[in-house]
Amino acid sequence: MRSRTRALVLATAVAAGASVQAQVTFERLLRADAEPWNWLTYSGTYRSQRYSPLTQITPQNVKNLEPQWVFQSRSLEKFEATPLVVDGVMYTVQAPNDVVALDAATGRTYWMYSYRPSAEARPCCGRVNRGMAILGDLLFMGTIDGHLVAIDAKNGRPVWDVRLARPEAGYALSVAPLIVKDKVIVGTAGGEYGIRGFLAAFDARTGKEAWRFYTIAGPGDPGRETWAGDSWKTGGGSIWVTGSYDPDTNLTFWGVGNAGPDWNGDDRAGDNLYTCSVVALDADTGQLKWHYQFSPHDEFDYDAVQVPVLADLRWQGAPRKLMLWANRNGFFYVLDRVTGQFLMGKPFVRVNWAEGFDENGRPNRVPGKVPTPEGTLIYPGNQGGTNWYSPSFSPRTGLFYIPSWVNYSSLYVKRPQDFVEGRPFGGGGARSTVPQGLRTVSANYRKEDEGYGAIRAIDPQTGDLKWEYKMTDFTDAGVLTTASDLLFSGGREGYFYALDARSGALLWRFTVGGPVQAGPMAYAVAGRQYVAVAAGNSLFAFALRE
Amino acid sequence: MGGAGRDPASRPAMMPFRFCKPSRWAGWIVSAAGVLAAAALSAQQGPYTAADVEEGSRLFLANCAECHGPEGNAVPGIDLGHGRFRRAYSDDDLVDIVRRGIAGTAMPPGAFSNPQAAQIVAYLRSLAVTAENAAVAGDPERGRALFEGKGECLSCHRVNGRGSRLGPDLSDVGQFRRASDLRTLLVEPGRPLRPENRRVRVVTRDGATVTGRLLNHDSFTLQMIDAREQLRTFQKAALREVAIEDPPPMPSYRGRLTDDEITDLVRYLVSLTGVKESRLP
Repeated sequence: MRSRTRALVLATAVAAGASVQAQVTFERLLRADAEPWNWLTYSGTYRSQRYSPLTQITPQNVKNLEPQWVFQSRSLEKFEATPLVVDGVMYTVQAPNDVVALDAATGRTYWMYSYRPSAEARPCCGRVNRGMAILGDLLFMGTIDGHLVAIDAKNGRPVWDVRLARPEAGYALSVAPLIVKDKVIVGTAGGEYGIRGFLAAFDARTGKEAWRFYTIAGPGDPGRETWAGDSWKTGGGSIWVTGSYDPDTNLTFWGVGNAGPDWNGDDRAGDNLYTCSVVALDADTGQLKWHYQFSPHDEFDYDAVQVPVLADLRWQGAPRKLMLWANRNGFFYVLDRVTGQFLMGKPFVRVNWAEGFDENGRPNRVPGKVPTPEGTLIYPGNQGGTNWYSPSFSPRTGLFYIPSWVNYSSLYVKRPQDFVEGRPFGGGGARSTVPQGLRTVSANYRKEDEGYGAIRAIDPQTGDLKWEYKMTDFTDAGVLTTASDLLFSGGREGYFYALDARSGALLWRFTVGGPVQAGPMAYAVAGRQYVAVAAGNSLFAFALRE
Repeated sequence: MGGAGRDPASRPAMMPFRFCKPSRWAGWIVSAAGVLAAAALSAQQGPYTAADVEEGSRLFLANCAECHGPEGNAVPGIDLGHGRFRRAYSDDDLVDIVRRGIAGTAMPPGAFSNPQAAQIVAYLRSLAVTAENAAVAGDPERGRALFEGKGECLSCHRVNGRGSRLGPDLSDVGQFRRASDLRTLLVEPGRPLRPENRRVRVVTRDGATVTGRLLNHDSFTLQMIDAREQLRTFQKAALREVAIEDPPPMPSYRGRLTDDEITDLVRYLVSLTGVKESRLP
């Protein structure tokens, strides 16, 4: 059965490779899983499971996986982009904003487009980019100076360029946009600068803005009452990880970042909607349909910047349209994605700031667990139990896979903070609870009891841990699963590896020589399956030895 | 459930760690001083290498000195060379200012990566330490004699190519450590904190024990410099035990050296500022 499926997929892949390259229509994006040789959106499909139906690489033969080519970027910034692959052509971004088109089989360059960001750009945490979207013959890239640029996918020439927001005020785009119908949806980073975050949709042909949704409720918006005084004006609420889309309800789902100032909520009494929330918007109008706030009145920098993973599963006996979410705040959640109803929340790592939930899914806070001038020990620490790194859901194993920071804590410090436009608006900080090594040396001296990185496999029906794959250092790597029950990931140690998705057993590894800080993806060219991932300053493509 | 693909032996065992030979204990004690100095300063000063300072110096001179001057004091009312900053609590704040500038002032954002900005901060911190250390009393030559003789410091430490590589190399300690902190830590030591000075002890499958200074480890391998100063890598799957531990704490040096001797020793230590470029005559 499985080999027949494989043969079918490969035969189709060969046919596609031989065919004339066609435009990427919205219909193709809707059915991206029907052309598994391509990778058409940031997370693979609108469900964002980061799951590839390709099966040529198996647990039995993965030991024969070898690098086929390496693209060395001319950038020392973190390489966080997930490439797109369309009919044998790969598109990726060399940080901060150089678009590259490569032959996906050989790694040879077709063209490069260098966007020069303004010197006013001030992204908080690296001059990075996480990838692009494609529709028709156009690629769409957000830039660190707050622009959205459309680029001709055939020759790398810019077609239109719009500025969404002012980079000098801290607005920056690092997220891969999402296409829905004829629109490009994108949001802005800058949650450490007291921005007022938003999502916006643009006509893909013209760049004309179609709608804008502010992630910070202002005057006239429901939720305005969750911000004391004028604090909404500098409320943060950044968008820096790509959302998902459900065509059945025409809803697009996005995770919203932290409130500002990050670590001092004194001047923003209230829940601070819609920070640290998932928002469900009508994709045509940007109208809010529902929201769920994971971390009300956050003071721990717990951005809800995780990829919303959509899955149709049985829930307590009946089929249900679900959203699976492992949050930076340490809890794993199951939500009803039609209504936003909270169904389950359970810690997937050590958590001490909240204990359980009320009937509406609001976390029960633990008294005293707030930032203080002296510092308060909080689990998970500032980077979270997980962060922006893509998780994966395999419909075959039924497991949800989380890149996790285990036993990780920070001392949260609160300080007074005045707002100055364009300057960091933190109100404190988070100190490491374990000794820090040399700043510019990447060696790892960590002991296990000081926290470790892991892939944690969770049963979404129960939230129970099924298995764990431990690393000695933390991880910023996403997870890919495949229909042959393989799991690919990496970590700060500089390995890229394959696990058995059912057991967590290590099956293969390769030294990529730098931290994996991106999500892996899979594609095929001429019947040959590849797995690609960025690590260090390079992009690697692997395939089976021929 | 247990993780797959990992050797359970990689779990650190609770074994007492012994690194220096007993006869070298006195030397080991002094070796902890540099470590401890770092601990005391860690709240405000990040751990940097001489290479960081050097690169930071290059970046500063190329990008910042036009306004701030090579000593960091050319802008009236602003002196970057003494470790006191009006707008920054921590090195991270300084990194932030270097990268993003200060809105509403003439200080522009700089096109630096975070590590580059940290190197500039390393350079500014080194300027501050240098300024304080320039005024220390004592005789550096007598200090050197104590360091190499009575103190037996070279049995764990290394300075300019002489001595042990197992403790911290102090060839540039005067660039990072204030004299006052070095003195305090010689007479009132606490626990060492810098993880790059951690020790490691492994037991191979055939029962051999190897100890050394931990250089790095990951899920599969471990790198150390062993007690014979050999660089070695072990596959964790081939180890029965791995124990990573802090170096032993240092007992007080008070009473072992006179006040004047400690002054001389500190004077010698602050004179150590790393390898300088050789100039042909």
